[in-house]
Amino acid sequence: MTTKLMGQKVQRVEDQRFLRGQGRYVDDVASGQDVLHAAVLRSPHAHARILDIDVSKVLDVEGVHAVWTYDDLTGPMAEPLPLLIPHPALTHGRTQYALAKDEVNYAGEAVVFVVADDRYVAEDALDRIRVDYEVLPPVVGIPAARAADRLVHDDVPGNVGARLEQQVGDARAAIAQAPHRLTLDLTVERSSCQPLEGRGTVARWDPDLNRLQAWTSTQTSTGVRAAIAVKLQLDLGQVDVITPDVGGGFGVKINHPWPEELLVPLAAKTLGRTVKFTEDRREHFISTAHERGQVHHIEVGFDDDGRLLGLDVEFWHDHGAYTPYGLIVPIITSTQLLGPYKPQSYRVVFESLYTNTVMVTPYRGAGRPQGCYAMERTMDAIADYLDRDRTEVRAVNFIQPDEFPFDQGLVFQDGRELEYDSGDYPASLEKLKTLVGWDEFPAYQQELAAQGRRVGIGLACYVEGTGVGPYEGAHVHIETSGKVKVATGLTTQGQGHATVFAQLVADELGVRFEDVEVVTGDTRRMPYAVGTFASRAAVMSGSAIHLAAKRAREKVLKIAADALEVDELDLQISDGVVSVKGAPDSSIDLGTVSVLSNPLRYAFDEASKAATQFSVGDPGKPPVAEDDEPGLEGRDFYSPERATFASGMHAVVVETDPETAEVKILKYAVVHDCGNLINPMIVEGQIHGGVAQGVGGALYERMAYDESGQLLNASFMDFLMPYVTEVPDGIDIDHLETPSPLNPLGIKGAGEAGVIPSAAVFAAAIEDAERVALPGLTITAMPISPSDLFGLRATHRQESS
Amino acid sequence: MSEEQHDVVLTVNGTAHPVSVPARRLLSDALRHDLGLTGTHVGCEHGVCGACTVLLDGRPVRSCLLLAVSAQDGEIITVEGLANADGSLGPVQQAFLECHGLQCGFCTPGFLTTITAGLRDNPTPTHEEARDMIAGNLCRCTGYQNIVRAVERAAELARDGAPHAQVPHPPEPEAGQLEFEDRDDDNASTGLGA
Repeated sequence: MTTKLMGQKVQRVEDQRFLRGQGRYVDDVASGQDVLHAAVLRSPHAHARILDIDVSKVLDVEGVHAVWTYDDLTGPMAEPLPLLIPHPALTHGRTQYALAKDEVNYAGEAVVFVVADDRYVAEDALDRIRVDYEVLPPVVGIPAARAADRLVHDDVPGNVGARLEQQVGDARAAIAQAPHRLTLDLTVERSSCQPLEGRGTVARWDPDLNRLQAWTSTQTSTGVRAAIAVKLQLDLGQVDVITPDVGGGFGVKINHPWPEELLVPLAAKTLGRTVKFTEDRREHFISTAHERGQVHHIEVGFDDDGRLLGLDVEFWHDHGAYTPYGLIVPIITSTQLLGPYKPQSYRVVFESLYTNTVMVTPYRGAGRPQGCYAMERTMDAIADYLDRDRTEVRAVNFIQPDEFPFDQGLVFQDGRELEYDSGDYPASLEKLKTLVGWDEFPAYQQELAAQGRRVGIGLACYVEGTGVGPYEGAHVHIETSGKVKVATGLTTQGQGHATVFAQLVADELGVRFEDVEVVTGDTRRMPYAVGTFASRAAVMSGSAIHLAAKRAREKVLKIAADALEVDELDLQISDGVVSVKGAPDSSIDLGTVSVLSNPLRYAFDEASKAATQFSVGDPGKPPVAEDDEPGLEGRDFYSPERATFASGMHAVVVETDPETAEVKILKYAVVHDCGNLINPMIVEGQIHGGVAQGVGGALYERMAYDESGQLLNASFMDFLMPYVTEVPDGIDIDHLETPSPLNPLGIKGAGEAGVIPSAAVFAAAIEDAERVALPGLTITAMPISPSDLFGLRATHRQESS
Repeated sequence: MSEEQHDVVLTVNGTAHPVSVPARRLLSDALRHDLGLTGTHVGCEHGVCGACTVLLDGRPVRSCLLLAVSAQDGEIITVEGLANADGSLGPVQQAFLECHGLQCGFCTPGFLTTITAGLRDNPTPTHEEARDMIAGNLCRCTGYQNIVRAVERAAELARDGAPHAQVPHPPEPEAGQLEFEDRDDDNASTGLGA
């Protein structure tokens, strides 16, 4: 019997090509061929009216093939880009045009599109374009947006795109009557995904087939395909979108279509040439998307044990200049804020605000890091107020293992109830305390304090709704060679899907792992799909692939039972061979079963002779039965009722330098529960990466906008992403496996988890370390740099004296 | 555009490639788009991320900060040249496979070339030295944990006799010639390095 691969640390199949330099990323497509290159002139102003665009100096430049402004666009291309996720509360949703019409609302907005022989010439051409702007005062930052002295869009009063309130019970009344009350004001600044590969699109129009092929670095190939078809007025069947290898996504590539994802195909069709756009790093900073910027006002009422009686959260979400991705991020913040806890009553209201900055769409964690930060800072504040251990206060508020499914009484980001399916939070907390040495820490802290050193510990808990719908699908095809070709429609950006999905198929079909080949994100192979976001790929496509493989297996057994003249129940499949249990000589390999599955008129090789009309079949029946179809394939879809909820807890021990205020990470511990693990090696890799991004977001990364809306740190030189020198040397991980009842594999998503508690856990640990010397110092704004902490110390000393 | 073209020969992984390029063409673009060696990736175009690192006469260099014409007399090794002669993975590549040292794979070529040169210069790095060896390259997926492990594993594999890619030592500087700056200094200039 083949060893079961689910749960094994299987090495990745995709690594062979990546390690040899044979990955195929979008900028590699058509390399060395006769390709035209696009470049985009972007607004230098955060807010301005376009008075005139003069392209006359470019038109006759040798090597330039197209220069387009808004006026060159027609039909649907001249309409605003789609608002992908409408919501009744988004009363004032706005999206940009593919090329700016009349006005620009952030520095970086696309204004003119140029196609030339190569990128160098295209950029030369941009230099020759003159745009006259009437510069308008910009709105930068949440306080300015709320003040609304100036408006981003003239027709959006108060800069408010949406206001949404949800409540369970009467939180205001509960707080008023509670024995204890606290108020917190917290802020989180912007960061961004920054995959090492930016955006890119290549398109080719085939006049012989009357068909467009586009390669794009996206998290949803079916989404881009639909958008291209609508905007270019093509039939869906005329558009293929292929997502090749993607050099990281982390959320930013789920938004679509970017202007270039439409302009490049349009140029390819118009010019009859292959056209490529590959953005540079600066463009990625100023013309894609950011996330995280929020301001929270929290009021909480609780009893003597720290039990939450009423929680009232008001927050303001900076969504930048446009809202193509709707309210997903603030809705997630407002719902996932509750984490593993059950407040007796809860009210949350948010305003989603316009500013003249790059728009906001999900970045790994997608609003959860802010929610976790708000909730966990509140827990810390309650523990501090009651002089209780921080783990005790959390524990009294946990949903207990016997309370699942637990309905929080709110509506989640997918429009479904926020109902947790399973989990064991007390067990997670016990594991974390052991892993990090929670109970021993106070003695250690005192010991070091005696030496003049400041060490502190923090913990943070989260729950993450993963694997949201609507669905994913899969197609499994056993070829006559016995090799198995699998396709699922969502895309891959480093998660090792080719490996984990092959593990699932090998297990279900009983074939060798190395005989399974998985393709993702190619609309020619699987045209029905949603995309890779919300930690959903393993849950959604993993389940769909499992189900599709099951269908293929059923067909294998049926055909093999006929061929071997035995009952299906007596058969087993192992290493690609179907055999009769207890009689291994009576067997048939999957390749032969595949031959038999497809009745043939013509033989083309030795194997196919076995399937021709004079060799097989009952002359009294049709060669393909009425309820059957030729070929050894299985196709199925997985569409869950609602999301499945993963959870976890992080703890960190830090040391802060009494002089320089530098923060050093001494220990980082993670307890993680994503249900059954398909490949622990890959899950741990996801956690490592998430933690590192979290370190960046908590200690280093911010978007430094000045008052005129210029992003001052739009380069890797100035936006401080962690190198190895900034991440913990070792991350201790322990897994809890609470299976999900919602899918056949019992799995939950794992992709985003590592980054969710970072701001919360670092704020807690740094505060704990600082209080060794500065009792009462409180951290309310993240990220926190050494200079921020230095300033905070000075302010605290001033206020205390 | 009638830009002046320069005939240069780029010697990459032991093969001489005559190309005609404008003076401003970056080495990274020439490798990728003129020679079709797309294994070398461009992540930032300003020398910070290290994804485009290749070995020029044995030294790790950022190919996005070099002009193709300036590489005329050098021997270039890219990720495509790191496998063993029999086609099997070289020790650094093998170590990345074993340790799950990569996810999306985009930054990986720059790490592989950097570590190849690093282990040539220091075949038995301590744990701290293994971390230092990769401190000038950015990865957004792995959190570096498994890359550090891969450095240590690659050193082990090389010690156990796995053949190393043929990476020449950089030539000694001639009298009066300026030596290349040490890579640690490059790291310091990013404001983040060791």
